[in-house]
Amino acid sequence: MFELLGIPPQALFGQLLLGLINGAFYAMLSLGLAVIFGLLNIINFTHGAQYMMGAFCAWFLLNLMGIGYWPSLIIAPLAVGAVGILLERAFLRWMYRLDHLYGLLLTFGLALIIEGLFRQQYGSSGQPYAIPAQLTGGQNLGFMFLPNYRAWVIVASVGICFGTWYLIERTKLGSYLRAATENATLVQAFGINVPRMVTLTYGFGVALAALAGVMAAPIYQVSPLMGSNIIIVVFAVVVIGGMGSIMGAIVSGFGLGVIEGLTKVFYPEASSTVIFVIMAIVLLFKPAGLFGRAS
Amino acid sequence: MIGSRVLHPRHLALAAAGCLAFGTAQAQISDDVVKIGVLSDMSSLYSDIGGPGSVVAAKMAVADFGGKVAGKPIEIVSADHLNKPDVGSSIARQWIDQDHVDVIVDVPTSSVALAVQDVTKEKGKVFLISGAASSDLTGKSCSPTGVHWTYDTYALAHGTGGALVKQGGDTWFFLTADYAFGHALENDTTAVVKAAGGKVLGAVNVPLNNADFSSFLLQAQSSKAKVIGLANAGGDTVNSIKQASEFGIVAGGQRLAGLLVFISDVNSLGLATAQGLVLTEAFYWDQTEETRAWAKRFTAESKKVPTMVQAGVYGAVTHYLKAIEAAKTDEGKAVVAKMRELPINDFMTKSGKLREDGRVMRDMYLFQVKAPGESKYQYDYYKQLATIPAEQAYRPLSESACPLVKKG
Repeated sequence: MFELLGIPPQALFGQLLLGLINGAFYAMLSLGLAVIFGLLNIINFTHGAQYMMGAFCAWFLLNLMGIGYWPSLIIAPLAVGAVGILLERAFLRWMYRLDHLYGLLLTFGLALIIEGLFRQQYGSSGQPYAIPAQLTGGQNLGFMFLPNYRAWVIVASVGICFGTWYLIERTKLGSYLRAATENATLVQAFGINVPRMVTLTYGFGVALAALAGVMAAPIYQVSPLMGSNIIIVVFAVVVIGGMGSIMGAIVSGFGLGVIEGLTKVFYPEASSTVIFVIMAIVLLFKPAGLFGRAS
Repeated sequence: MIGSRVLHPRHLALAAAGCLAFGTAQAQISDDVVKIGVLSDMSSLYSDIGGPGSVVAAKMAVADFGGKVAGKPIEIVSADHLNKPDVGSSIARQWIDQDHVDVIVDVPTSSVALAVQDVTKEKGKVFLISGAASSDLTGKSCSPTGVHWTYDTYALAHGTGGALVKQGGDTWFFLTADYAFGHALENDTTAVVKAAGGKVLGAVNVPLNNADFSSFLLQAQSSKAKVIGLANAGGDTVNSIKQASEFGIVAGGQRLAGLLVFISDVNSLGLATAQGLVLTEAFYWDQTEETRAWAKRFTAESKKVPTMVQAGVYGAVTHYLKAIEAAKTDEGKAVVAKMRELPINDFMTKSGKLREDGRVMRDMYLFQVKAPGESKYQYDYYKQLATIPAEQAYRPLSESACPLVKKG
C-alpha cells in the first residue's frame, strides 16, 4: 500500500482533519485577541480565563438551572461579555494611554486571580459536560471516525470567523471601529461615541472567548486550568498571524492547528513546542507577523 | 546504650563516630521542633490528587498524634513545586538548609520526586513519597532515607496490566506521558504484557498537560491493539478517557486501561464515561469502617473525597512520628531504621512493612468503576474485584536495581 513516511494516507487525512478542528479553537480564540488588540491596543491576557469562564458558565447553566447546550451558546457569551465590560470600565480604560506592558500585566494579574478563585472552588480535575444529544455519535468517513460534535465545531467556527471578519472589514460599523483606532479624536468629532464603542468591542472580544469555551466544554473537561493551557499557544498564533490582524488570526489559527496535528503523527514529543518554533522563525523574518503591517 | 558492658577502645571509637554522624547528641530532636514539609502540586493538574488535600491529611496526622512528638512541637510547612524538578529541588534545599525542615512529604510527579530524592539523600533527610509513582524511586534511584509509601508503577502495571492480559487483552498500544513517570509505567506494563505472552504494537509519547488526545487516540485506534494503555495521570487521563468515548474507541471493541486512575479522576469524568474501567489503587474510602470514618473526617475538612495519595500522606506522617517517638531522635537514618523495625498499621495499611530498598509492602486492590445505576450514594464509585497481596504487587528484591539491596 502507498505510504507517506510510514503513514498510510487515510490516517494522514484523519490527522489533517483533527488538526483543523484544533485549529478551529485556536482561530476562535486568537480572533477575539486580535479584535481586542487591534482596536484597544490591549494585550488581553485574561482571554484564557474568559474562555474558561465561558465553559464554566455553560456548566452552571446546565447544573444549576437545567439550561442545555444550545441556549448556553447564546447566554454564556452574553454573561461573560458583560463581565468583560465591567472589567473594561473598572480597570482597562485607565490603561489605554499607557504602554502595552501595563495592560498586559493588569490582564495577566486578573487572569491569575480569576483562575485562582475557580481552582479554589472547583479543584483542578474539572467537571464533566456531556455532548448535546443531537450531536452524539459520529460518521464513518472511511479514513476515520468523525464524531458529529467535532464536525459541528469546525462548521460553527468557520461561520464565526467569517462573520467577525465581515463585520469588521466590510460593514459600516466595522469601518467606524477601524477609523477609531487610527484617530479616535477625529472619529469622535463626527459624533461617534468612541469610549462606548471601545467598551462594546472589548465585550465582543470576550464574548468570542466565552463562545469558544462553551464549544470546548463537551470535548475537554470544564476545568479552571483549561484557559491557561491554551492561552500561550493562542498568543503564539496571534503573533505569527500578526498582532491585530483579523485575517492573520484566522488563517494562522487553522494553519497552525494542522501543523501541530501533523507533528503529533511524525514527532509527537515536539507537538507542544512546534508552534513556538514556528513563531521564532516567523519573528526572525517577519517581525510584524505573516499578515501584520509594520508600524 | 553501651551500658554496663566493659568499654573496649573500638566501642569508644564507634560511639564517637556515631555522635559525629548524629550531630550534637543521639537522643535529641534537632532545633527542638519536628518540621514537616509537604511539597506538592498545589495549582496544576495533579493538585486534586495530592495538593492541598495532602496538607489536610498531614495536619490530621499531626493533630491525631497530639501535636507533639518526643515532647517537642510539630510544625507543618507546604509549597508548590509547579511540576518542575528544578523548582522542587531548590525548595527542598532551601527547606533543609535554611528552614530546618526534617522531612519532605508527598511530591507527586516522578521527575520532581527523583530530583528531591537526590537532595534528601545527600542531606540525610527523610523523604516520605506518596504522590510519585516511578518504581525507580526504590530501584536504581533508591535512597537510604527515601520511603516510597503508597504505590508505584510496578504495582499498577501488575495490577491493571496483569488483570487485562488475563482477560484476553494480549495486544497493547500505549499513550505515554512524556516524562519519567509515563516511561516507567510503560516499561513496567510492557514487561507484564510480554511475560504473559502478549505483544506491544506501539506507543506514542504525549507531552505533559496535553488537552487534545484525538490525534493520539486515532493512532491507537489504527494500531488495532486490543488494549490501549493510558500511561498518564490526572487531567491527561481524564481527557484521554473522555475523548476516547467521543471517538467511539470502546464502542469499537478496544479496551482502555487506565494504568493510573485516581478517584478524583473518576469523580471528574462522571460514572457514565468512566464505567467499566479497571484500575489499581492502594486505598478506597468505602472499604472498611475505619476507612469510612477517616474519609468522613477528611471530606469534612477538604470538601473532597480522599485519594490514595492523600490517605498515604496521613499514614506515612503517622508512622514517621511513631518512629521518632520510639527512636527519640529525628536524625534521618535513625528514624528510617526505626520505621523499618516497626510494623505499619493504620486505617489503610495492615501489617505493612518498610523494605530495605524503601518500598512499603502493602496489599493493593483491583477495582472496577461502577455503572451509574449501581452507585447508591455520593462517591459510591468502585467495586472491588481482587486483593493483590503485597508480595505479588511489588517488585521482588531479587529483581531490584537498588544498590542498597544486598544480594546473595
